[in-house]
Amino acid sequence: MEVVDHYFYTKEHEWIHIEDDQATIGISEYAQEALGDITFVELPSVGTEVEQFEQCSSVESVKAASDIYSPMSGKIIEVNTDLEEKPELINKDCYERGWIAKLELNALEEQSKLMNAEEYRNYLNTLE
Amino acid sequence: MSTEDILKQTPLYQQHLSLKAKMVPFGGWAMPVQYESIVAEYDCTRHGCSIFDTSHMGEFFVDGDAVKSGLDFLVTQPIKDMPLKTCRYGVMLNEQGGIIDDLIVFRIEQERWLIVVNAGTMEKDERQFQKFIRPSEKFANRSAEFGKLDIQGPQSRALLNGLIPDIGQLAYYAFDHFDLLGANVLVSRTGYTGELGYEIYFSWDRTPELWDELLKRGARPAGLGARDLLRIEMGYSLYGHELEENICPLDAGLERFIDWDKDFFGKTALLKKKDSLDQQKIICFISESRRSPRQHHRIYDQNQELIGEVTSGIFSPHFKQGVGLGFVKKELAKKGDTIYFGDDKNKLPAEVVSRPIYKQGSLKS
Repeated sequence: MEVVDHYFYTKEHEWIHIEDDQATIGISEYAQEALGDITFVELPSVGTEVEQFEQCSSVESVKAASDIYSPMSGKIIEVNTDLEEKPELINKDCYERGWIAKLELNALEEQSKLMNAEEYRNYLNTLE
Repeated sequence: MSTEDILKQTPLYQQHLSLKAKMVPFGGWAMPVQYESIVAEYDCTRHGCSIFDTSHMGEFFVDGDAVKSGLDFLVTQPIKDMPLKTCRYGVMLNEQGGIIDDLIVFRIEQERWLIVVNAGTMEKDERQFQKFIRPSEKFANRSAEFGKLDIQGPQSRALLNGLIPDIGQLAYYAFDHFDLLGANVLVSRTGYTGELGYEIYFSWDRTPELWDELLKRGARPAGLGARDLLRIEMGYSLYGHELEENICPLDAGLERFIDWDKDFFGKTALLKKKDSLDQQKIICFISESRRSPRQHHRIYDQNQELIGEVTSGIFSPHFKQGVGLGFVKKELAKKGDTIYFGDDKNKLPAEVVSRPIYKQGSLKS
């Protein structure tokens, strides 16, 4: 199961890639595989303020719908509009082209509540 | 863990594991919901040839005259006029006219019948057969002897032709016995996908051999996820969704499978429902977007009034839109009407369409 080294992760299987005070978020390989073929992504609105671990988006797969929670607090500054027509990008490339939103972070210390790649790998092992 | 919690395994359990299927509980069995991708398995069934493990389903046998044995009284469809080697779909009712199960009756000989029932309802089906079939020893539940494979898709005939040269003679909803891998087996031209297809009843122990042979010949495995998608697009009912003990076949849109000229268990209650004003009907609908309806979503009319509930919903790769089935009050929601599905907070528009939703199936080709 692919886990990207310099990203951080939540127990709900979202990832965040932090670059200074901005970040990109998405869902992990584990999450996309568990969901199966993704058919719709409800993107957050640009300008929305989200709290850490608050619902910011949802994805639908063929058979089910599930909520996506923001790994950190901040303001949504960009969303991946490619997902509107091609939600399957998340299945194909969840860590790059399947990103969901970009955030302007306002509480960098929240990172301590997330797992780094090694911790997330260990966490995945406990789920099997 | 009690014994009830242990899921039963079909003869293909190891095959599913080695194909890395995602296994789920279904009707008391561990079943493959998908191998690699529900959408890919769906596409293969609509355009190529898929095989489904349906060994969990039940096979009941009754020996005797249609009426005297009690079988005709148990099911809603007419059976005594069935030609030999044909199948007929119908339902079995409780005393209140609700649906115990939907089933297919096969006339094997003048006085020999096969009845194929659902896995999750098999125990109560068996109780009902034991109660009504006379003499009782003329009924046998032989489900443990039979594995079952569904070969479905426009290429299924060509693929099976290599194993069964006479397969092309089989008409829709007919069956026959054929030599297959050295055994004499029952093959019917039936299915649950809307595509040309066959169902093979094979000995339990040798089912893996047949599975492997079909894979070798180019069929692809498909799971319950694709099966659900295919049947929803066709508007076919699934027990636990559109069919239940508290749903009558009139509400479920199954009146064409009822023979009102004969006597059957539950008929008195059903006749009362026929005259009642409190009737529901089943509708098919297509979401206006990629967002899909889900079971237990509510259905609203154009004035946002609650008129019913979604029983099945899924994303259709064909339409690239959500599709669904649901019950609404009978006088409401005609073909072409806009309805809304969802909950109090989020209501999404959809159009009511005629059944089947997917109209290009190769079923009768």
